[in-house]
Amino acid sequence: MLGLIQGLNTKMSALIPNEIIADNAVVGLSPWQQAWRRLLNNKAAVVSIVLLVIIAVLCIFGPLFSPWELDSVDWDNMGTPPHLQSHHYFGTDSNGRDLFVRTLEGGRISLMVGLLATAVSFIIGIIYGSIAGYAGGKTDSIMMRFVDVLYALPFMFFVILLTVYFGRSIWLIFIAIGAVEWLTMARIVRGQTLSLKQRSFVEAARVTGASHYSIIKRHIIPNTLGPVIVYATLTVPQVILFESFLSFLGLGVQEPMSSWGVLIAEGAQQMESAPWMVLSPAIMLAVTLFCLNFIGDGLRDALDPKDR
Amino acid sequence: MLSYFAKRIASSIPTLFIIITIAFFMIRLAPGGPFDSERPVPAEIAANLEKVYHLNDPLPVQYGYYLLNVLKGDFGPSFKYHDFTVSELIAQGFPVSIQLGLLAILLSLMIGVLLGVIAALRQNSAIDYLVMGLAMTGITIPNFVMAPILILLFGVFWGLLPTSGWGELKHMVLPVIVLSLPQIATVARMTRASLIETLNMPYIRTAKAKGLPTRLILSRHASRATLLPILSWLGPATAAIITGSVVVETIFGLPGIGRHFINGALNRDYTLVMGVVVFYGFLIILMNLLVDLLYAWLDPRIKY
Repeated sequence: MLGLIQGLNTKMSALIPNEIIADNAVVGLSPWQQAWRRLLNNKAAVVSIVLLVIIAVLCIFGPLFSPWELDSVDWDNMGTPPHLQSHHYFGTDSNGRDLFVRTLEGGRISLMVGLLATAVSFIIGIIYGSIAGYAGGKTDSIMMRFVDVLYALPFMFFVILLTVYFGRSIWLIFIAIGAVEWLTMARIVRGQTLSLKQRSFVEAARVTGASHYSIIKRHIIPNTLGPVIVYATLTVPQVILFESFLSFLGLGVQEPMSSWGVLIAEGAQQMESAPWMVLSPAIMLAVTLFCLNFIGDGLRDALDPKDR
Repeated sequence: MLSYFAKRIASSIPTLFIIITIAFFMIRLAPGGPFDSERPVPAEIAANLEKVYHLNDPLPVQYGYYLLNVLKGDFGPSFKYHDFTVSELIAQGFPVSIQLGLLAILLSLMIGVLLGVIAALRQNSAIDYLVMGLAMTGITIPNFVMAPILILLFGVFWGLLPTSGWGELKHMVLPVIVLSLPQIATVARMTRASLIETLNMPYIRTAKAKGLPTRLILSRHASRATLLPILSWLGPATAAIITGSVVVETIFGLPGIGRHFINGALNRDYTLVMGVVVFYGFLIILMNLLVDLLYAWLDPRIKY
């Protein structure tokens, strides 16, 4: 029996190299597939992707499996540590609200803010940057000078100012963060566009009579996506941090809605008597930020043309 | 060189101007005026007040007065703190904030450069990975998470340091550490990358080839080229430390500008919030300007 398996093994190992060689000879890999393979070879990035997916699934579906609601009060368990029988997996706060549900609901908000605000900055940045780079000359220098001026403004404080005037709404946070983060995106896209528009495929497109709009849309923007995606991935943790920062200070997400920043602020006040209150949101936030940073770094290594 | 200095100074003026203009129009658009309190002021007094604050003049004239006042350093009276002008509140908080900020910058520079050099000299070793892993942690964990953790450890469990209060050196230890941790991490990463790049330069190879010990190569040949990029860190670091000080002053209960700012934002104290924003904006622009000028002055490879 053993001998048979060993025999099979040697046969298999003799077969495998041939197959790989044949594979390589036949199938060519597109740059995106190569980048994907490089990313999969990066252990930290793969672990981060898996963890992040788990966190996201937990945040989206987790609250459905708990008997408690976001703002329901358990009068028998106020400020109790994690306890499985009463289904308070992360414990309760001093008002008797379940922290498992509140942490996960907070995660929904944080992840949603991260994705939406990044998407806003992604769209504005790509459109603005590609137009500035493609137009060139005076238009370009005026548009980029405007970005330079905005860059020097202390934006964090303007966002806080906005919350003072327009009240503290979550939509304001989306818009404000997206409006700040597009600046770097626009610079990256513009730099890429400047070099791309000199390339012969753009010239060929122009010769065939393609309009400026379709050249930008079909030829310029798809080719700027590599560095832009890397930057976007690194923007998500910044945005999540920004939202938690505002919520921590009491200027972001408001009660009864929850957010990691709000929960950390509440927990920090009762840290000595109830350390579990600060621990669960803090760990979730830290793990999410770590994962996003590692994925961003991994993507940069995978997509960076310098390494090719 | 001089013309570059002049140009650079001139280019930072529009930014400041934009900040002041936004500030002015936000005050005007804000719902509710300083005299709309629960108890109405007698009509004659209201008229007098409006005259003093030029509220009856057209908007451009009011804007002119505001600009003039801000240039004189007068941000108007606070909406919520009676008997205080915004400038007085800023002046009160400034010594606390500037001490914290300067100490944090100094600490980040010293420890960050040290860690970066150690990591770069032992590139891809266990020590390198350890330092860079710690740096990643420092950058990732936000200050409002780090502060409670440190308070819990040093203040509550071990009872080594006070968790709030102001006046003695021991009160500054935890706030300064919380403020500088992300900056230490940033400086360490920058130093490492910059030193590795410098050590690959031909002139360093020459120095090695003629038999100089590593210590001398680092101090005589590599130090300037390595440390110059770190200078440019000072600009963003100022902005980051100012933002961080808002959190740190709130958590540790320190009487700095950051706490006034947050209280102002929570109480809708428009003039205070506005004054602090203009003041912070001025500080950040000034720091960026100084860094650029220093850079041009120190780096002989840059010609203007």
